Amino acid sequence: MNFTLFVTALSTGILFVAVVTILAKLISPRSFNEQKEEPYECGIPTRGRSWMQFRIGYYLFAILFLMFDVETMFLYPWAIVMSELGPNGLYCVLFFLFVLVLGLAYAWKKGALKWQ
Amino acid sequence: MFFDFSKVTNWLHGWLTGFMPEWGAILTESALVLLAIIALYAVFAIIMIYMERKICAAFQCRLGPMRVGPWGLLQVFSDVFKMLTKEIVNLRKTDMFLHNLAPFLVVSASMITFACLPWNKGAHIIDFNVGVFFFLAVSSIGVVGILLAGWSSNNKYALIGAMRSGAQIISYELSIGLTMLTMICMTGTMSFSEICMQQYEHGWNIFRGHVPAVLAFIIYLIAGNAECNRGPFDLPESESELTAGYHTEYSGMHFGYYYLAEFMNLFICAGMASTIFLGGWAPLQIPGLEGFNDIMSAIPGAVWFLGKTFFVIFLLMWLRWTFPRLRIDQILSLEWKYLVPISMLNLILMALAVSFGLYF
Repeated sequence: MNFTLFVTALSTGILFVAVVTILAKLISPRSFNEQKEEPYECGIPTRGRSWMQFRIGYYLFAILFLMFDVETMFLYPWAIVMSELGPNGLYCVLFFLFVLVLGLAYAWKKGALKWQ
Repeated sequence: MFFDFSKVTNWLHGWLTGFMPEWGAILTESALVLLAIIALYAVFAIIMIYMERKICAAFQCRLGPMRVGPWGLLQVFSDVFKMLTKEIVNLRKTDMFLHNLAPFLVVSASMITFACLPWNKGAHIIDFNVGVFFFLAVSSIGVVGILLAGWSSNNKYALIGAMRSGAQIISYELSIGLTMLTMICMTGTMSFSEICMQQYEHGWNIFRGHVPAVLAFIIYLIAGNAECNRGPFDLPESESELTAGYHTEYSGMHFGYYYLAEFMNLFICAGMASTIFLGGWAPLQIPGLEGFNDIMSAIPGAVWFLGKTFFVIFLLMWLRWTFPRLRIDQILSLEWKYLVPISMLNLILMALAVSFGLYF
């Protein structure tokens, strides 16, 4: 039943966008113009391509995010049962968290968190 | 005592299976759910756009929209019709497939997360036993849509806006994950309906979890504001530098989808805050005051949920119109050097409190 509802919600999104786009294309006016098809960069003619090399800083943060997010995902199963595990389970996980914080501290010291 | 909405859905299911086969009943119910999602989505989007304009105007000592309809009530409707009747411009050198695909991803992601919200006891659409996981997983699909929109536009402003937005959203997602983890330590379940049920029986999480829960709530509000690309964190579309950020090249209704999804993401973010911290549909109960508790229980759950949600929305709008915009390096250092270490410490604090039974 849950899966059916998930599929329903997904198809709601897809149907909504598809139907409204078709409606908008049907009722909206249409005109053709050389200037209109240019990318809008505040009236200045575009120089070069836009699909070019991009600064590495964004990817660095993406990799850091991937690392930490996967590690937080590992903590969720522990969080569910933590009231039953009691202090013993906490000490085991504190070691895991220590490694996690060590990773953040290393990235910080290496200057990965600095935007330049 | 508290009204259970599953009675209505069970009655509907029984009535439908009375005169049609099982698959027909499920198909009809799915169609009803589809209509309900679209109706609620549209109604709350309209309410929130009007609310944002009026609150913004009030903060700046203006009146806001006043001309169309009484107190400008019809302004949003006229804007929607204007958007529908504007041409969807096709640019020459864009990646057409990705350009058209991006709104689908953004709107679908926000609609599925919208369906996760618990409205009342028994009135939730998607309710997995790993609901929080599901919510986090689906909400990050929206980032893909934003990145695709910026990349496929063949416009330098759009590309810069999309990259900034991507870096910002994935960074703050970490804080959202950690604060939700902190609260799950206490609730011991990931299903939203069970989280609400627990808060109905034992009191709101923000009161049960005292110090770590309040800290988590504040971190969640900051991170949630950044997730919605709003407030002091709206630099992906900072209009004075990047024209309109990742949706510069979208026109007419295509732009409307991003506008809609942005407002609904704010609603979803506030709805999650009210579900996880402020009790969802659970009424305010003070132990010892019987009469007060009875009056509070008489108010329907949906009213409680919406009241809390709009309270959080008002807080976030207040933040938006009060603080100046941050720079990209300030945003990233706020997240990685302050919020992540604080939320990790907070997690340990909450874990200590739960394992030694130091919560209510």
